[in-house]
Amino acid sequence: MSYYYTEEDVTRLEQKSEEIRKTIMELFERTRMGHPGGSLSEVEILVALYYHILRVNAENPKDVLRDRFVLSKGHGSPTLYAILADRGFFAKEELASFRQFGSLCTSYPDMRTPGIDMVSGSLGNGLSAAAGMALCAKRNKEDWKTYVLLGDGELQEGLVWEAAMAAAYHRLDNLVAIIDNNGLQINGRVNEIMTIEPLPDKWKAFGWEVVEADGHSVKSLLDACHIAMKKCAPTVIIAHTVKGKGVHFMEDIAYWHSLTPNTDLPAERMREYFDRRQER
Amino acid sequence: MLLPTRIVFGDSIIEHAGHRDDFVVFNADTKTCHLENFGAIYPERAYSFGIAEQNLIGAAAGMASCGTKVIVATYSVFLCMRACEQVRTYVCQPGFDVMMLGTHAGLLTGTEGASHIAVEDISIMRAIPNLTIIEPSDAVSARAMAGKALDFQGPLYVRLHFAPVPDVHDPKTYRFEIGKANMLTDGEAEVTFLVTGILLGKVLEAAELLKKEGIRANVTEFPTIKPLDEEAVLCAARKTGAVVTVEDNTILGGFGASVAEVLAENHPIPLERIGIRDRFGESGSPDRLYEQNHMTVGDMVSAAKRAIGRKR
Repeated sequence: MSYYYTEEDVTRLEQKSEEIRKTIMELFERTRMGHPGGSLSEVEILVALYYHILRVNAENPKDVLRDRFVLSKGHGSPTLYAILADRGFFAKEELASFRQFGSLCTSYPDMRTPGIDMVSGSLGNGLSAAAGMALCAKRNKEDWKTYVLLGDGELQEGLVWEAAMAAAYHRLDNLVAIIDNNGLQINGRVNEIMTIEPLPDKWKAFGWEVVEADGHSVKSLLDACHIAMKKCAPTVIIAHTVKGKGVHFMEDIAYWHSLTPNTDLPAERMREYFDRRQER
Repeated sequence: MLLPTRIVFGDSIIEHAGHRDDFVVFNADTKTCHLENFGAIYPERAYSFGIAEQNLIGAAAGMASCGTKVIVATYSVFLCMRACEQVRTYVCQPGFDVMMLGTHAGLLTGTEGASHIAVEDISIMRAIPNLTIIEPSDAVSARAMAGKALDFQGPLYVRLHFAPVPDVHDPKTYRFEIGKANMLTDGEAEVTFLVTGILLGKVLEAAELLKKEGIRANVTEFPTIKPLDEEAVLCAARKTGAVVTVEDNTILGGFGASVAEVLAENHPIPLERIGIRDRFGESGSPDRLYEQNHMTVGDMVSAAKRAIGRKR
């Protein structure tokens, strides 16, 4: 067991992950909009960050010395909203109005939502913004950290690599990028649409430290974050995940990347998911 | 010595940096406005981003989100097209305090040629919500703008020029205020020139030529392109009943188009537009390019007469 966390922490985070999964599936069942596949694959990553790693405070969401988080894969917003609501950044009732006019739970993250540090939604931009934030902490000689979560598909965007180059050049050891490496993008397997491999070698070549983690093991993720904090260069955590994780009929199937109001979400199979959870 | 607006603006920012520490400079690897030298003077306040404009703007948004004003400088074509989405979604949508200097705007860029001459930047940038756009007309106004631009909070696009032009303003009396047009001549007249940017000097020449022919023309300068000083547009429309817009940008969706929108909705009167005629720039002298696009002093005189003629 690590110096940085206890068995109780791990159990707490695992339970919290289940709870958040349930909340976001309720959101999807109700709204029939959004992106369940990637929202489910990132659950443990965001839970580890928001319930153990990040120094953020719902009472003072704009605290200048807070850690920053950028959800570069902005379509994973439901998980982030479920967590921010649970942590008290805004009322849980907001979740029901996801994607509706005036809701704090906008389709993709927007600055008007308490707890959101950066707009996102257009893929490939988050690392760049996060690098600017980390540079600001360096300039101000402040010790807060910047974390950014990227999808694996969005690594196909050239801007990611512009930002990777700049982060290493400016020695942003206060910047941690996490890749939700679920291997799928909207129309199929990442490596069949446009391979991003060899992934660790690419990041190393750009001057980054690389740590690999099991993206559904909070323990593995906490270890990776603690390793990242000690590095003298920006660090990328390649978190191996399963798209649709936890909802067995969605797991590892690209079709569940996104829902439309017409998507046939099988109600009995949704219930099957929840029943199976309760049995455990 | 005549200096281009880009150099005067950049040098003024460097001068201001001597007594204020509330901004940083992010540099692309270009020679634009002397801010590429900012790091040599203030190493703690300049950051290099290389030839990567999207990241330049994305990172500026990140820095600005944490409360530090960022100034970026690059060619206007790269700023408003290569990095258009970062300007739109990451700077303007959240309203971050990023001052974006786009140089080499308009046909005055001349020999740099089609790829480097921004002919459509006003049209692109004015479509983006939350973005304020300003453009000097000479070295005097460029200098005055720099201080105001530093005081301004929020997304700002400063449209700057490659080559020098003679000063038209008197530094002792010139005043610049964001959002306000300047009436340079405001008497009894038959037509008003509404102009933004570097062609102001030519417009004043055109007004002089008209005067010699017994035709009185007023001149109003719009150093702020967006938000447009609609009151000044309507004031000119009511007073002279005909206007000619002048800009070194395409007439499609640019400054003249924004004036046309205001007039069509509020006070329709004869309007003529001087600007780039739906074509790219070319490698050549600015005068040759202005001629090709019917943007010479003579063309301005003719346009004024046409506008007046259409009143009857």
